[in-house]
Amino acid sequence: MSDSAIRVKDLQKSFKETEVLKGVDFEVERGEIFALLGSNGAGKTTIVNILSTLLKADAGEASVCDFDVTDQADKVRQNISLTGQFAAVDGVLTGRENLILIAKLRDVANPTQTADELLSRFGLVDAANKQAATYSGGMKRRLDIAMSLVGTPAVIFLDEPTTGLDPEGRLEVWKMVKELAGGGTTILLTTQYLEEAEQLADRIAILHAGRIIANGTLASLKKLFPPAKVEYIEKQPTLEDIFLTIIGRQESE
Amino acid sequence: MKGKTIVLFGRLMTHILRSPDTIITVAIMPIAIMLMFVYVFGGAVKTSLGDGVNYVNYQLPGILLIAIASGIAYTAFRLYGDRENGFFTRLNAMPIKRSSVLWAHVLTSLVSNMLTLVIIFIVAFLMGFRSSAGILAWLAMAGTLVLFTLALTWVAVIPGLTAKSAEGANAFSYPLIFLPMLSSAFVPTETMPTVLRVFAENQPVTSIVNSLRALLNAGSVGNEIWIALAWCVGIAAVAYLFAMRAYRRSV
Repeated sequence: MSDSAIRVKDLQKSFKETEVLKGVDFEVERGEIFALLGSNGAGKTTIVNILSTLLKADAGEASVCDFDVTDQADKVRQNISLTGQFAAVDGVLTGRENLILIAKLRDVANPTQTADELLSRFGLVDAANKQAATYSGGMKRRLDIAMSLVGTPAVIFLDEPTTGLDPEGRLEVWKMVKELAGGGTTILLTTQYLEEAEQLADRIAILHAGRIIANGTLASLKKLFPPAKVEYIEKQPTLEDIFLTIIGRQESE
Repeated sequence: MKGKTIVLFGRLMTHILRSPDTIITVAIMPIAIMLMFVYVFGGAVKTSLGDGVNYVNYQLPGILLIAIASGIAYTAFRLYGDRENGFFTRLNAMPIKRSSVLWAHVLTSLVSNMLTLVIIFIVAFLMGFRSSAGILAWLAMAGTLVLFTLALTWVAVIPGLTAKSAEGANAFSYPLIFLPMLSSAFVPTETMPTVLRVFAENQPVTSIVNSLRALLNAGSVGNEIWIALAWCVGIAAVAYLFAMRAYRRSV
């Protein structure tokens, strides 16, 4: 067993004429939150799909928990969980049924108990017996991530976990991701929001034009840029601050 | 692995039980067609069939096939839905054999279509359908209907996996629903113009309808049943190959 949970070496992938990945290298250590930052279409999802055995690379190596993603796909699938860009919950089933379903599919010993634990951990107890289609965006996302935790996979891929969520939902997801990493799970998350990478990640890699152009901790990445100048500017509350304050006030009443 | 197919099958059956309209809606159209044929056209058709023919019995096999052809459209629709909302992706990144996912849909299609057929049999009985068929004939009939459903279900899997829209996933079934009209299902093929007649007598529905009709009315099935089964197995095999290929491409 090495220290790396994910290892990617010279990964290449083209779709027809378009070269999406031109040789991507990076490693993610066990228990780390690693953010893959890049603009839309940079190839973040392609990397996640290759690592989660949904897509085959054209060249290069990729392994998860020391298992090769092509040759030992089944071993990889036993160790990972993927939360894609859309909340992939079954809208007809209730939250609890969704979790029990995944638990059964993952051969978890006690599906009902596992489901109930996750429901309370993700604050979904009240909505547990409602159909998932009636959930808000943030709740669906929470259920989605809870479903990814069934069977405690060693590595979790979160592909743009907060895209399409309102600010409140985003904060909820952030809180959850931080808790997860506290439990020793390795997390690879992709995002196009600088702030998200900054908030969550131990290490950040910037994917641009098919390559990783920077990779390191936030502090080390900041060193790459000229030293900060000190300027005094009046800090106006952003609309987001205002929104969250008002919402927070209403809920505490 | 079998266990996972059952778990996924259970999920899809929950879908159907929570919206039973998928079974009822599927049954309503064939029942309406049956009412029309029996009470509107039936009187006229009977004159060319001769006395002593129970027309409810005569047209029932065609109605059953129409019901199956429209029922499998829901299979395509459910598959499309799973693909669209990312559920497929989730399952494919899990340690589950990929064919389990498809088989769960196929099993669901079989069970829900059989439920629809039971409803149609009950309505037909109320309309005067009577059968002197023995238990073996009923079993043979059930087997043929299951095989036909299986064949069309694999056909339905293809648009389910490849369609770009929900409408597209549904539209393929319209010609299939129409096919029994151009067969021996409702009128004797002898009354049709030559071109149509040649088509009607050589398309799969006719041999299946004739076999079912013979079984229902305790007649002799002859070679027709083997032609019917060959059609079903052939369609199932070809559709299965294309469906599997489409599935490998979709993941």
